[in-house]
Amino acid sequence: MNFNDTPQEAAFRAEARAFLDANAPKYVAARRNETEAQYVARGKQWQKLKAENGWACLNWPKEYGGRGATPMELIIWNQEESRYDLPVGPFAIGLGMCGPTMIAYATEAQKREHLPKMASGEVIWCQLFSEPAGGSDLAALRTRAVKDGDEWIVNGQKIWTSGAHYSDWGILVTRSDPSLPKHKGLTFFFVDMHSPGIEVKPIKQISGGANFNEVYFTDVRIPDAQRLGAVGQGWQVSITTLMNERLAVGNAGGADFDEIYDLAASIKIDGKPALANPAVREKLADWYCQASGLKFTNYRVISALSRGQTPGPENSITKVVSAVKQQDIGSFGLDLMDMGGILMDAKKVPAGLAFQMNFLGAPGYRIAGGTDEILRNIIAERVLGLPPDIRVDKGIPFNEVPTGS
Amino acid sequence: MNFEFSDEQNLLREQAQSFLAKTCPLSAVRKVLDGKQPFDEATWRGMIQLGWTATAIPEQYEGLGLGYLELCVLAEELGRSLAPTPFSSSIYLGAEAILLFGSPAQKSRYLPKLAAGEWIATLAVGEGAAPVGPTRLRTKATADTIKGTKIPVADGDVAEFAIVLAKEEKRTASLYIVDLNGTGVTRKTVATLDPTRSHAEIRFKDAPAELLGTRGQGFEHLQQVFDRAAVLFAFEQVGGAQAALDMGRDYALGRYAFGRPIGSFQAIKHKLADMYIATTLARSNCYYGAWALSTGAKELPIAAATARVSATEAFHECAKENIQTHGGMGFTWEFDCHMYYRRAKLLSVNLGSLPRWKDRLVSSIEAARAA
Ligand SMILES: Cc1cc2nc3c(=O)[nH]c(=O)nc-3n(C[C@H](O)[C@H](O)[C@H](O)COP(=O)(O)OP(=O)(O)OC[C@H]3O[C@@H](n4cnc5c(N)ncnc54)[C@H](O)[C@@H]3O)c2cc1C
Repeated sequence: MNFNDTPQEAAFRAEARAFLDANAPKYVAARRNETEAQYVARGKQWQKLKAENGWACLNWPKEYGGRGATPMELIIWNQEESRYDLPVGPFAIGLGMCGPTMIAYATEAQKREHLPKMASGEVIWCQLFSEPAGGSDLAALRTRAVKDGDEWIVNGQKIWTSGAHYSDWGILVTRSDPSLPKHKGLTFFFVDMHSPGIEVKPIKQISGGANFNEVYFTDVRIPDAQRLGAVGQGWQVSITTLMNERLAVGNAGGADFDEIYDLAASIKIDGKPALANPAVREKLADWYCQASGLKFTNYRVISALSRGQTPGPENSITKVVSAVKQQDIGSFGLDLMDMGGILMDAKKVPAGLAFQMNFLGAPGYRIAGGTDEILRNIIAERVLGLPPDIRVDKGIPFNEVPTGS
Repeated sequence: MNFEFSDEQNLLREQAQSFLAKTCPLSAVRKVLDGKQPFDEATWRGMIQLGWTATAIPEQYEGLGLGYLELCVLAEELGRSLAPTPFSSSIYLGAEAILLFGSPAQKSRYLPKLAAGEWIATLAVGEGAAPVGPTRLRTKATADTIKGTKIPVADGDVAEFAIVLAKEEKRTASLYIVDLNGTGVTRKTVATLDPTRSHAEIRFKDAPAELLGTRGQGFEHLQQVFDRAAVLFAFEQVGGAQAALDMGRDYALGRYAFGRPIGSFQAIKHKLADMYIATTLARSNCYYGAWALSTGAKELPIAAATARVSATEAFHECAKENIQTHGGMGFTWEFDCHMYYRRAKLLSVNLGSLPRWKDRLVSSIEAARAA
């Protein structure tokens, strides 16, 4: 048992670190009052620089803009890159989910056309899955696709689409045949977000930002050539995306053990640091154990990868545990600030607004990319082998399924 | 990075599993639960024959000199099988205390006997239903004898000798080795929540005692022993948690209600998922503890407390929710669920309570940050 790199891994890490140390500092940290557009622009510059130097989408084949690196090298790169606070957020969905779905289902020509531009950050992709009537129950989606010659005509509405307002392309799952049971009548496409008939309307979130959107489709024409997978096979293609989502969504981040520890050490209750209070200590111990448990679970996953094994659905625990931890740490940090815990002014509270942002951001993290409950279902079914939920809509034509409305 | 046990260690695990499955099924554990014998003789003899007691004891003291990772592997399997033996008292506590603080003469005298399983050792610290500490320690040492009562002492009724925490004048304390068959010692078995592990009350009346380690360093020494033992017990706890989880899962698959397996009800699925999450986090923290223990890392106090806290919580959660998953059956003496429940509680207090370990974890973090 050891934490050491193999000689090849160490050499790779040194190379990654040299590139990052020389280049990353310029792209780190928002300027004050940076707009979202400026943030995305900063991200695109960083992504481009990485691509030019062979550090983008490391595990993709070279001809698609990647580096053909091993999963272990990708992990090393991610570890090193995350030491800097870089503007990588806008690319997470495209590179983490859309790219792998294209690699699995697009034609060779399509891959060569789209993937390098995705890898270099020139174009940003989004994931058009969730709908008002289909979130956890994604296969209940209703956006209709009707074949018309070499094209499909799409009508309907997507919702919660992160980054749609700055995305150039998207992956889209639609209903092509409502008379079939719900998983059978779906068809999957990739679509130009600048197509006529697509309208993007930002939705304001709890946290004040508006990173996700409603996306309306009105008679949008999509060439049949942009279909991924066979007609009616949209569910299988979606599963590919969702499997990659499980890998892409991980630790909730935000203020974690170190931040709450420092806060507890600096705030005084009746002249003594909050850190001396037994109730505070007990909570700190719990979060330390969770953070440590996640860290070393991750190390075990990496060890398995490094021996050439593929990680399984066990990975789901990272999000389940870290999202709730993020929420609790945020909430408790505000409690420690006592009456001032309600303030929302970075100049008047400790740690910038880190705890406020945890508090406001965590509810979204507990929902996005599979809710706490759905992930527990996944653990129960795929890890522990328990039976799937009994479904009342099984085998029923989609247009006869009860909807509650 | 290699954060898993090696192939050889996993081979040892397989051997341990097949030995325990054959020699120490739950029916053997139950015999100790229902009967009068303090431990399962066949299992204990078999373990000694396989060299388990000698695992981490250096060759110079007639041990195998393997390492602590091997001992962790065995601990997990012992925890999984609920093996009713004095292994932990003798090896995680007794042998470790002597390895850490014994003089060369003490090591040569005691360690070969412990390695060979000829003697059983134990640690005698507790004095009833409140924590022992600098302000509450009644057992007294004067010159070379001790006086006082220790209860409960794990395997105190079968051990050859005990390492006893006793206080001197003022508030200092030291560790002493006391021959439990010698003069001034009376002992009797006491009732506990977990009868599968025998415990005693031991009275010392001017019993001859031999200093172990540095005089006045009793609490510090004890903490060092506890840090090491906590990692090993945490593996037992994770093994027990996993066994309780597996048992609950299997029952949920086979038991039907409302025309369907109870494992298809989400309340049961999510309960089992939470048990899995707690066990996985605890296991990963145990691996960290194993690494720290086996490499002598300075992180040991933090790693041990982290493993201890999360394994204690995981075993408790799995043991109690396994009963819940079994419904009325889970509440019967006849079903095995309560054996995990009992063992989980024993292991959650035997080195001091959960609140004390949480506090210790934060203190260790504070110390590491101040350094
Ligand atoms: C910040 C954020 C970003 C997002 N980005 C995207 C994106 O880019 N693209 C995209 O397509 N989607 C995105 N989503 C949507 C996200 O995938 C859905 O919100 C999520 O899957 C839940 O669906 P829902 O909102 O319809 O809630 P519902 O499915 O209606 O769930 C409501 C509640 O019911 C529970 N529930 C539902 N089904 C079950 C069940 N079977 N068992 C137990 N409990 C159940 C849920 O856990 C939840 O608590 C985003 C969401 C958020 C919050």
